[in-house]
Amino acid sequence: MSESVVREHSPAPAAVQSTHVGADWLLVVAILAVLGTAVRAIYFTPVDALQGAAQKIFYVHAPSAFVALYMAFALVALMSALFLWLKDLRFDRVAESSAEVGVIFTTVVLTTGPIWGKAAWGTWWTWDARLTATLFLWFIYVGYLVLRGAIDDRMMRARYSAVLGLLGALLIPFIHLSVYLFRTLHPMPIVFKPSAPSLSPEMLHTFLLALGSFALLFIALLRIRYRLAVARDELAAQEER
Amino acid sequence: MSDAPVIEVRGLTRAFGARRAVDGIDFALETGDCLALFGPNGAGKTTLLRMLAGLLKPTSGTARIGGVTLPGGAAVRAAVGIISHEHMLYDALTARENVEFTARLYGVRDPRDAALRALERMRMLDRADTLVRALSRGLKQRVSIARAMVHGPQVVLLDEPFTGLDAAGAAALTAMLCELKRDGAALILVTHNLSEGLELATHAAIMRDGRFVRYEPCAMLDAVEYAVSYRELVIRGA
Amino acid sequence: MEPSLFSSALLIARKDLAIEFRTRTAFFSAVVFAVLAMVIFFFAWDPTSVAAIDLAPGVLWVIFTFAGLLGLQRSFNMEQADRAIDGLLASPAPREAIYLGKALANLVFVGAVEAVTILGVALFYNMPFGGRALALAGLAFLAAVGLVAVGTLFSAMAVNTRLAELLLPVLSLPFFLPIVMPAAQATAKLLAGRPIAEAAGWWKVLIAFDIVFVVACTLAFPFTLEE
Repeated sequence: MSESVVREHSPAPAAVQSTHVGADWLLVVAILAVLGTAVRAIYFTPVDALQGAAQKIFYVHAPSAFVALYMAFALVALMSALFLWLKDLRFDRVAESSAEVGVIFTTVVLTTGPIWGKAAWGTWWTWDARLTATLFLWFIYVGYLVLRGAIDDRMMRARYSAVLGLLGALLIPFIHLSVYLFRTLHPMPIVFKPSAPSLSPEMLHTFLLALGSFALLFIALLRIRYRLAVARDELAAQEER
Repeated sequence: MSDAPVIEVRGLTRAFGARRAVDGIDFALETGDCLALFGPNGAGKTTLLRMLAGLLKPTSGTARIGGVTLPGGAAVRAAVGIISHEHMLYDALTARENVEFTARLYGVRDPRDAALRALERMRMLDRADTLVRALSRGLKQRVSIARAMVHGPQVVLLDEPFTGLDAAGAAALTAMLCELKRDGAALILVTHNLSEGLELATHAAIMRDGRFVRYEPCAMLDAVEYAVSYRELVIRGA
Repeated sequence: MEPSLFSSALLIARKDLAIEFRTRTAFFSAVVFAVLAMVIFFFAWDPTSVAAIDLAPGVLWVIFTFAGLLGLQRSFNMEQADRAIDGLLASPAPREAIYLGKALANLVFVGAVEAVTILGVALFYNMPFGGRALALAGLAFLAAVGLVAVGTLFSAMAVNTRLAELLLPVLSLPFFLPIVMPAAQATAKLLAGRPIAEAAGWWKVLIAFDIVFVVACTLAFPFTLEE
């Protein structure tokens, strides 16, 4: 019955159609940028003296971490606050999209981290403040998405997610602080210093390029995901009628 | 103050996504009025009552109780009593404890006495110390009614209150409603029983798809014609 | 005539506790769970490599977390059945009073389970806390406040979703780390006979967490109600 309703109410809106007509141009640009940076990182950037080739994972790990926390999650928190204030579902759609893309970047951080750790220093996991905070960021993202999946009512889903988004933003600093305190009071072998290593100018350039291309990738994916969110809501609205 | 209608509703609308459960309702009730609200299931009657009780916010339009626009805050909610489909009682507490808790919640003086009096009016005094869990559906309904009235509300919203009541319970409820009307409360009574509704009401409305398709004072309607219309609009047309 | 925030909250707390006291199932379940967990933890470790007393703080606070969750589930379940929550929402009581009242009742519940757990750990793990009882009670109180603040809010949300029993732990547990870690670390210091000042950092984290999240959750609660 829902099929006849969809057919009846005009073809899919233009926003959806554009994702069917060829690939999204921004995504293509972003992927090219990432690939270009990868090439530069592998072939045209000096190898780190201490860690060897394994250090190059840094050019994936650190930008992903930046995007996951300071772009994706910050956006989720901001959109959550705006939604609770203004009650506009568009904010919720951005938050939802940002969370789904963010969890991907966070997963990348959590997989590249151990690989880097094992390759460079021989340990899979270290409980340093940053990595642990990222792990909890991952938990919050997953909780956010599970919560959304468990609520059918559109407005309730938006409100509850927004509450979780904001509380999650409050939690992250506490995680960071707790683990930092744990490490200072319980000295553990310091193997992980993701931001501290001094970078030569070429390394810094590559890092900044990587940061830029990952940020671009995030925005491209966010846009695509947002369009999907709009389409899904419109479909749901049509089915209700 | 006594000139202003107790309940005043203008263009009241409530949407859930794309669907309008309540779609532009207008009416006004004075003290002592009773609106009998008829309509098929899904017409929006419960949604309308929930808005007036402060449980839902209107999407558009206004509703005023005692001159205060809803949602109006604690003072307005203190003047309203609602009986809904669910009985809103705590299974693990006794009838008296449930009603007394509500009395305290509404800041009633002498909550213990008020609770007992409310239970007595619904003929539940002898079962006052029974756990709600152990009561039959009809008796739970009586306790639910006592709970809704214990704070002496000026506006009473009743959503199919006669459901499950036996003859004695129904008689107790009818007596209570007449008393409330006499004391100046305004009532809205949702019911599927046409004759029962018209007997108590000063106004009658038939609601369908969120709108009033008929609304008039009872004094101006002809019982036979109304019954035909009711069959058409509520039973057959649904 | 209209009840104030605190009197409404107290009224709701008393109602919740009256219901819990009448049935007692949740409390006994939590206690039995705690005792079983203590026993299992004990036998899960090699007693020659890890002294019981070293194990005690960790065991205590892990059990506290999970036993606490058991109690939090029931908090809004009772309002969901027969829509008793509508009775609260239609009343003049402020929305925040519903949250504070339930949180208060949960605090008593969690506190009682905590007390049993501490006694159990003292017994099974030979954990001497004689002179440090007051400090330990302080930690227990602070940890309980944090747990209850977050847990009460999430249980209000979880009750309206599918998978309610699964969702509550999934949402809450990440938030419990800044409670469990400081509590366990500070307890370890207490048991080792160190002065409280040495664990000052942990106490501060716990207090800061409590303040931030009690305020945040109280403000967030009205958004979890249908409007």
